[in-house]
Amino acid sequence: MHKIIIESLSLQYSDGTESLRDVNLSIHQNAVTVLFGPAGGGKSTLLRCLNRLNDLAEVKASSGRILIDGENILDPKIDVIALRRKVGMVFARPVPLPMSIRDNVTYGLELAGEKHRATLDEAVERSLTLAAIWDEVKDRLDTLAVALSGGQQQRVCLARVLALQPEIILLDEPTSGLDPISTGKVEAALQELKKEYTVVLVPHSVQQAGRTADHAAFFLQGELVEYGEGKSLFTAPKQKKTEDYVTGRFG
Amino acid sequence: MEKSLTWREFIVTRAIQASGYSAIVFVALIFFFLLREGAPALTDVKLSALFSARWYPIEDYFGVLPLITGSLVVTIGAMLIAFPLGIGTAVYISEIAPRWIREILKPLVELLGGLPSVVLGFLGILLVSPFLRVFLDLPTGLTAFTGSLLLGGIAVPTIVSVAEDALDAVPRSYREGAWALGATRWQTIWYVTLPAAKSGVLTAVMLGVGRAIGETMTVMMVTGNAPVLATALGSWFAPARTMTATIAAEMGEVANGSAHYHVLFFIGIVLFLISLGVNVAASSVVFRTKKRAERILS
Repeated sequence: MHKIIIESLSLQYSDGTESLRDVNLSIHQNAVTVLFGPAGGGKSTLLRCLNRLNDLAEVKASSGRILIDGENILDPKIDVIALRRKVGMVFARPVPLPMSIRDNVTYGLELAGEKHRATLDEAVERSLTLAAIWDEVKDRLDTLAVALSGGQQQRVCLARVLALQPEIILLDEPTSGLDPISTGKVEAALQELKKEYTVVLVPHSVQQAGRTADHAAFFLQGELVEYGEGKSLFTAPKQKKTEDYVTGRFG
Repeated sequence: MEKSLTWREFIVTRAIQASGYSAIVFVALIFFFLLREGAPALTDVKLSALFSARWYPIEDYFGVLPLITGSLVVTIGAMLIAFPLGIGTAVYISEIAPRWIREILKPLVELLGGLPSVVLGFLGILLVSPFLRVFLDLPTGLTAFTGSLLLGGIAVPTIVSVAEDALDAVPRSYREGAWALGATRWQTIWYVTLPAAKSGVLTAVMLGVGRAIGETMTVMMVTGNAPVLATALGSWFAPARTMTATIAAEMGEVANGSAHYHVLFFIGIVLFLISLGVNVAASSVVFRTKKRAERILS
């Protein structure tokens, strides 16, 4: 099942720095798809297209289509707010809002107009559990989220996204600032999450890409070089460039 | 060689140190001078007479209450106008305006801040006050409200400039975090960006208050200068006289060393204390938030 279908997507920032050239990619439902490659390859840009966060950056030219459940989300007429609730995103640096853990998690729901106390409490427990942090914070939900460690903050941010019950979760180097143990917890959470969600991850290292990928796409300078099953792509890449990168010959 | 270098080092360090201390020395000297000239007012005039409602120095009525209320009415009115306008402009410039508008608007606002207040007062007398007299059907257009309007105009650039800097300093990641959660632009501004910039915005408002309460020329020109005690809301639409205008208007004609002279300096002390209070309040707000952030980081 393909949840997201990207058709010949090209994109350029107005200063011409990072761009995507004619990318075709079909992302599977209930799987972890990894977009990896050296910096400046367009991975984050592509990720930010999927929830239209690029609207706010200055994008010069864009062509092609992105279909989510058959609907072209690049259509200017689409409801961007609803799209972003359906396609959640976790950033490289955890950005806990300056409020308590509980309020951080319920924040998106409250913005969406949910006022029912019981629903909110239930969402807090469900999403913190899914993000594998419930046991660590259940006794101090009312303390400030910024007081948590970096790894805990990142999982609270993940929970904040999960609270909205999205269908797709985008993660942009979610563990780049975390220690190995926290990284392991986040990766384990992702393996649980893919049972219910479609996960798209930009990892911060090739190793992480190898550990987590069901499907992997290798990006180099704005082009999709190779796309395939995680296992085969990392053990027997078809393209020379992919092989060089995966084996550590450059990048 | 070595020696001349250390000497130069020494001189530069001391010179910078001296200019730093000079600010403190000047404030202390001003305060001392104000106290020396103003304190005798308390012996020249009975305290009850000093805080009475009648200011008529020619017949030795030195009640400063109408002047204090005059200043307060004009300043509070000015802030009621300048606060929403200033914050709104700052939010527009920092969060909503496309880049080319921002690049025109910000220097323009700062230019407005550099406008001499006498020019604004002139516009007030010629344009604003006749318009208000006709539009609101008042006996005179020279009222506290006129002063508030113009003072608001003077405080707005200060507020915009400082508040915009504070909003601009909010990390982009905060906004993206909110957007990615499906917040609308307005929700992001109201629930994320503004609260995150709270201390800077408060500083902006306090600086605006300070700018407004100390302003002299404009208010002297447009408020009508009648020392009437403000008691009801209607006083806003009647002539008023502020502390600053009183000092400016009467200091030139007062006999040196007379009771009137001392009382004028006493008003100066009151003004000094008020602006000191505003500044202390502003910095304590900023200081408090900083301390909290430090606590979290440690």
